[in-house]
Amino acid sequence: MNFAVLQFPASNCDQDAVHALRLLGHSAQLVWHKDNSLGGADVVIVPGGFSYGDYLRCGAIARFSPVMQAVKQFADNGGLVLGICNGFQVLTEAGMLPGALIRNRSLQFRCEHIFLKTITHASPFSNKIPGEKILRVPIAHGEGCYFADEETLARLKTNNQILWKYCDVTGNITDTANPNGALQNIAGICNERRNVAGLMPHPERACESILGSDDGKWIFESLFAALAEKGAARAA
Amino acid sequence: MKAKIIITPKKAVLDPQGKTVQSALEHMGHHGIKAVHVGKYLEIELDGTDKEAARKQLDEAAHKFLSNPVIEDYKLEIE
Repeated sequence: MNFAVLQFPASNCDQDAVHALRLLGHSAQLVWHKDNSLGGADVVIVPGGFSYGDYLRCGAIARFSPVMQAVKQFADNGGLVLGICNGFQVLTEAGMLPGALIRNRSLQFRCEHIFLKTITHASPFSNKIPGEKILRVPIAHGEGCYFADEETLARLKTNNQILWKYCDVTGNITDTANPNGALQNIAGICNERRNVAGLMPHPERACESILGSDDGKWIFESLFAALAEKGAARAA
Repeated sequence: MKAKIIITPKKAVLDPQGKTVQSALEHMGHHGIKAVHVGKYLEIELDGTDKEAARKQLDEAAHKFLSNPVIEDYKLEIE
C-alpha cells in the first residue's frame, strides 16, 4: 500500500506518520503542500502540527494549498483520507468533515495519553480494532474541542459517523475522561461516505511498544484491510 | 478605504476565553458583568473608493475564509 503524507509549513508529525507506516510494512511518501499531485497514493494522511503557524484559525490557511485541491478530488473519487490532529482541523476547515475544532475547555495545551472507545467498527478506519478494545493513544493539542450544531450532531449519530470517543481506562464515557471539552466526548468522526476521517489523538505516535503503546496501529491496520478488500474487489 | 471586521464566537459555542476573562474581571472587583466574549478584529486597508464593491468582495472573504461560519459570526464595516 502506498501512503501520501502531506507536508505543510510547520507540519511536525509528518515524519512520525511516515515512520509508523513504514514500520508497519507499507510504503509512505511525503507530499509537499505546493504539489498538485498525490503521486498515485492509495491513502492520504493529513498529519499533525501547526500548519501555517495556526494563523487565523487552525487549518484555515492550509486548506487553500494546491495539494488540498488534489486531496479533495481524491476524496471525491472515493479515496481514503485520514486527518490526524491538525490534519483533522484542516479537513473540517476544508468542509470535508462536518463541525469544527475549538479551544480546549481548560484553555490548556494538553499533552498526555488518553483512552479511546471505538463507537463503530463499520468504517475503513476502525474495522480491524479488536472488539471491545480500549485504545491508549497520546493527544497533544490546544484546540481539540469538537463542536457541531445540533442538526449536524443528529446527522452524525443517524449516519453512524462518530468513530471514537474519549473514555476512561475501563471504557466509560465520562466528563472527567474528556481532555478538551469535546461535544459528547467526540474524538474522531468520518464523513457520510465513510472515506474521509479525522481524529485529534495521534495513532502514529503509538505504533510500537517502546513508545508506551502500540494501540494506534489498529487504526492503520484497519486502513490496510480496507484497501486490501478494495483491491480484491477490483481484481474480481 | 478601510474595512473593519469583528469576529466573535457564536453564542451556542463554548467560549472558555470569555469565561476566564469574565471571572478575572470579577476577581478584580468589577461587578455587574453579564458575559464576556473574546473574538478577533481585522483591519483591512483597501485601494479605490467603491464601498459597495468592497463590501461584496470582503463579505465573501469573511464568510469563506476570515471567519468559520460553523463557530463564528462576523460584522463588516467599511469606512
